[in-house]
This record gives sequence, C-alpha cells and structure tokens, in this order.
Amino acid sequence: MQQTRAVELGTGLFVLLGVGALFFLTTQTTGGNDFSASDTFEVPARFENVGSLKRRAPVSMAGVTIGRIATVEFDPASLEAVVVFIIDSRYDQIPDDSDASILTAGLLGSQYIALQAGGSETYLENGSEIMFTQSAIVLENLIGKYLFNRESGAEDE
Amino acid sequence: MAAATNSVIEVRNLDFSRGARRIFKNLNVTIERGKVTAIMGPSGTGKTTLLRLITRQLIPDRGQILVDGVDVAKLSQAQLYQLRQRFGMLFQNGALLTDMSVFENVAFPLREHTRLTNRLIRHVVLTKLHAVGLRGAADMMPAELSGGMARRVALARAMVMDPDILIYDEPFVGLDPISMGVIVRLVRRMNDALGISSVLVSHDVKEISAVADCSFLISDGRVAASGSPDELRSESSDVVRQFMHGMADGPVAFHFEAPDYAEQLLGRDVD
Amino acid sequence: MFREIYYTILEFLRTFGAFQLFFLRLLQHSPSILFRRFGLVVKQVHNAGALSIVIIMVCGLFVGGVLGLQGYSNLARFNAEDSVGTFAAFALIKELGPVITALLFAGRAGTALASEIGLMKATDQLSAMEMMAVNPLSRVLVPRFLGGIISMPLLAAVFSTIGLFGAHLVGVSLLGVDVGAFWQQIQQSLDLADVFEGVVKSVVFGVLASLLAVWEGYNAIPTAEGVGRATTRTVVITAIAVLFFDFIITAIVL
Repeated sequence: MQQTRAVELGTGLFVLLGVGALFFLTTQTTGGNDFSASDTFEVPARFENVGSLKRRAPVSMAGVTIGRIATVEFDPASLEAVVVFIIDSRYDQIPDDSDASILTAGLLGSQYIALQAGGSETYLENGSEIMFTQSAIVLENLIGKYLFNRESGAEDE
Repeated sequence: MAAATNSVIEVRNLDFSRGARRIFKNLNVTIERGKVTAIMGPSGTGKTTLLRLITRQLIPDRGQILVDGVDVAKLSQAQLYQLRQRFGMLFQNGALLTDMSVFENVAFPLREHTRLTNRLIRHVVLTKLHAVGLRGAADMMPAELSGGMARRVALARAMVMDPDILIYDEPFVGLDPISMGVIVRLVRRMNDALGISSVLVSHDVKEISAVADCSFLISDGRVAASGSPDELRSESSDVVRQFMHGMADGPVAFHFEAPDYAEQLLGRDVD
Repeated sequence: MFREIYYTILEFLRTFGAFQLFFLRLLQHSPSILFRRFGLVVKQVHNAGALSIVIIMVCGLFVGGVLGLQGYSNLARFNAEDSVGTFAAFALIKELGPVITALLFAGRAGTALASEIGLMKATDQLSAMEMMAVNPLSRVLVPRFLGGIISMPLLAAVFSTIGLFGAHLVGVSLLGVDVGAFWQQIQQSLDLADVFEGVVKSVVFGVLASLLAVWEGYNAIPTAEGVGRATTRTVVITAIAVLFFDFIITAIVL
C-alpha cells in the first residue's frame, strides 16, 4: 500500500509538471491576445504589391500592435491585392485618411502593416476602407533600380 | 442443462495436428466427477496440448470436448469466460504474476471477478493460503519463493474462486522429495475435502500412483491404456510396460533415427 | 527469387493487417479501462511518464542549450542574434520536442514495456490470466497503451519548456542576447497553431510508440533471445515510424 501511495504521488507530480509545461508553452510563447472576432472591426485596404504579407501578421500603429491581418486576397477586376485587417474595437479613433504601409520587421523579419495617422476628423469603423496605401518594397526591384541607376550614372561620366 | 452423468469432462474422437505433426488421432478420454484422474505419457506426446484443448485455448480439428455435456468449441466468448471460472489451473512454473505479492496474486481472481470488500478478500485469501500452508508468506514477492512454494501459492490461487475442476500441469517437475510429498498430499486432500474433480498431467509414475484414482496413458496420439494405477502396472502391452517401469529401450526407442553405425564410423556414408 | 519476394510481401501485409486489428481491439477496450480501472492506467502513467521525466529534462536542457549556441552563431552572420529565441522555440516546439521525446521514450519506456510483456508471455503469466477468465489484453496491454499515450504529450511539453530555458541560459546569460528581445521575439513569431501542431505530433507519436511497444512484447517469441529481439525491434521500428509520421504531419500542416 505504501508503494501505491508513492506511485500516485509521483504520477500526480508528473502530470502537474506536464500540464504546467503545456500551459507555459501556450501562453508565454504565443502572441497572447489573438484578437477574437467579437470585439474587433474589419477594415479593407488595397495594395499594388503585398510582398510576403501573411494572414495573422500584426497591424501596428506608433509601434504598438492594434490588430492583425484577417485575409489577403486578389481582386481579379482591379488586379490589386485586397487585404482585410481586424482592428481591436478599443481603437475607434483612427482617422480614416491614415496611411497603411507594408514594412519588414528587422532585416530578415516577417512583414507587417504599419498605420500612420492622418488628420481627418472622421474615424475608421467597420467596413471603411483605407485609401492611402504603400506597397511592400520588393528587394529585387530595389536592387534592379540601384544597378540601373549606377549604369546610367556611369554612362554620364 | 448438464447431463447427470458421472463424467465431468469427456473427450470424444479428438483429432488435432500442429502444422504437419499429428498430435492426437481419435483420442477418447473420460474424466470422472469427484475423482483424481491422471494423464500420463512420454515427453512430447502433447499432454499440455490436451489441457489447452480442454480449456479451449486451442480448438480441435475434429471431435468434441464436452464439459458437463456442453461442447466447449461452441461456446461464445462470454460463456467461455463463465466456463473458465469453473476451472482452476496450476501451471508448470506456477505462473505467478511477478509484480504482485503472494497475497495479491491469490487475491487476483477475486479482485477481477467479484466485488467483495477488502475484508472479505483478506479472509478468503488467508484461508486458501492456510490450506496450502503458506499463510505466513503472504507478503513475500514471487521472486523470493522457492519452486515448491511458488507452486503451492499457485494452487491457492487456483482454488480461490472455489472451482469444481482443478487442473494440474506437471505439478511434480523439478521438486525435491519433501515438496513433492506436500503437493501429493494437497492434491488428494483438496479433491476429497472439496468434492471437486482433479485432472493431473504428469509423467511421474510413482507420485501418480500415490494420488490418482484413474490414469490414462497416452502414446502416439491415442490412449494406450487406462485404468487404476495398479491395473496399469500389471498391463502386459510393451508401450505401457516401458513407461510404467521406466525401461530405457522399448517401443520408444533409445536410439534416435540415424544412418547405419558402421557405415558412419568408417566414413562410407560420406561420398 | 520472385516467389520469395512475393511471400515476403504477403507476410508483411498479413502482419500489418494483424497489427491494425490489434490496434482496434486495444481501442475497443480502452473506454472501459479508462473509466472503471483507472488505477491501472495511473500506475502505467507513472511507469512510462514519471520515471522518464529525468532523462527528458536533462536532454531537453542540453538540446535547448545547443540550439542557443548554434542559433546564435549562425544568426550572428546576419546580425539577427536577437532571433535566437524564435529559432530555438520553433525548432523545439514544432519539431525537436515531439520527435526527440518520442525517441527517448521509445528507448526508455518502450523497451521496458516490450520486455515486461514479453517476459510475462514467456513465463505463462498471460496464459494464466486467460485461464482465470481475465482478458490479458484489457488487464495488461490496454493500461500500458493508455499510459504511454497520456505521458507522451506531457513529456514533450516538458522537454520543449526546459529546452527553451536552456536556450535562454545560453543565449541570454552566456552570450548576451537581450532578455526582453529573446522572449518578445518568441511571442511575436509563434502562435497557438504552432504549439498545437507540436502537441498533435506528440500525441500521434505517443500512440505509435506505445502501440508498437505493446505489440512487440505481446508477439515476442517466448525465449530470452526472443524477448531481447522484441525490445530492439521496438526501438528501431518506433524510430522509423515516428520520423515518417513527423514528415507527413509537417507536410500536411505546411
């Protein structure tokens, strides 16, 4: 009977440890708030080029994450990319002429949307589209431009 | 339900082969109620196989095995488990569960099949252990027991559900004379005191003579002789005589089949 | 020659089919054991899980440390040392945690299971149980099977967690990565789906490892050599199966 006691104790400790580890992993390593659909509002935006922007990428303003990307789709009529953000309902005072650009976190990081405030007195609400967008900077185009400029620069000399 | 005959187990016209080897051919054995019946035979004649057929761990190719008039091959899983609770089986090495104490081993069938309280289980287990003389060993582990003691514990376990048929698979093998005497005494006393039937598989002629009411000698897949130990001893057939008197040569040859001796020695067979 | 191949394939298919049926029978008896004989399962969780925890934690610590070292040195080339946390977390939670835990589990708990069951078979204990009208499948095999399945995800989680701390130790305390950056990077790049993927993998591997160990033990040839061979086969086949399914699951998710 003593043996059973020890067994049960050991097992209990083990399970506790395991569940604790699981808990730690799910809460401490993941992005905390996941922006559930109930307290958010949707905002679409069109881009010429979304680069490598993915769903669930963060949407930030002044460096703080205020929402995330819900969907990234292609509009065959206008041949543009349509990105729908989900923004936390708390932030209901974002001017509707704000600028949305696609930036890269760090040199090799993943891409995210940064909003820069405009001056309008009307605010973004569910469904209002962001009109001012800046597409992602594609590295190859940049390099191409640089090389092209160098060449034409060299020619001038 | 069960026919009120004197035979508790009947084996009729049994045929059984394992692969290409014919083990039993038209075997007929009757185990009578309330008696100790022995099944003897040279090594390898399939005595243990017969036990497994009776308890339906194996199924006959042809023929019937009736327990209380019911053909075991026709039972469903549920009925089979009911039937097996009426058997108590003692395996050759005791087959105790090594991760449990002696007490827990004997208590095992009770814990699995009944809802008796711990107090009642304790009563029953200690009683059975007392019957085999090992009540003091209740807290030991199987690894600490000698062969004879392990077998006695296994006997206690086999009896704990009060079966009406006890089966012993080679209970005397590898025991010293004292332990053997103990087992002989227990087999006889259990059978008579509890009014059960016992089936003993063994090749120990001397011990069987001391304990069995009726014996069957199996050789070559058939019953070579049957009767009381005295009757068998006075049998005249070669097969029986060789076995009962332990003669080195006879129908079961001393020499395993081999090519001619002279030829082999002189190297003439290697060409 | 072709005949031999033919027979080998047939034999393999037959064994595989028997294996599937065995799995189904175990599943069939699982609910009743879980709900009515839970004590048996608890004991097996202890045997498979609690007794393996030390080796899991030690190995987790070292693997995490290595990831910290390797990650740092390789990311430093791109000036991305701050991402060492993300690197370690991804590797551990999604891949190394489940896989290495499964392999260690197979080595420690799997072999113990296989040899224990094989030995019980060799000493007629399983036969004795059948004779006492107790189904050895339910009484012996199912609890061990369930014990393994319950233990594996927990062990993998512990491995990943300790591993992260190992990476932290190396990256932050040893190599000077910023504490805040380390953990913040992880939080930003990992989401619930990744952790979930790791958990799913560890559950699948748990089923595989336990099933194979129990199967090998149950079908071992009842001799000393047979049991020994069963234990080695357990480890080998579990390793192959785990890595195979790891590939499949990763491919499905991506």
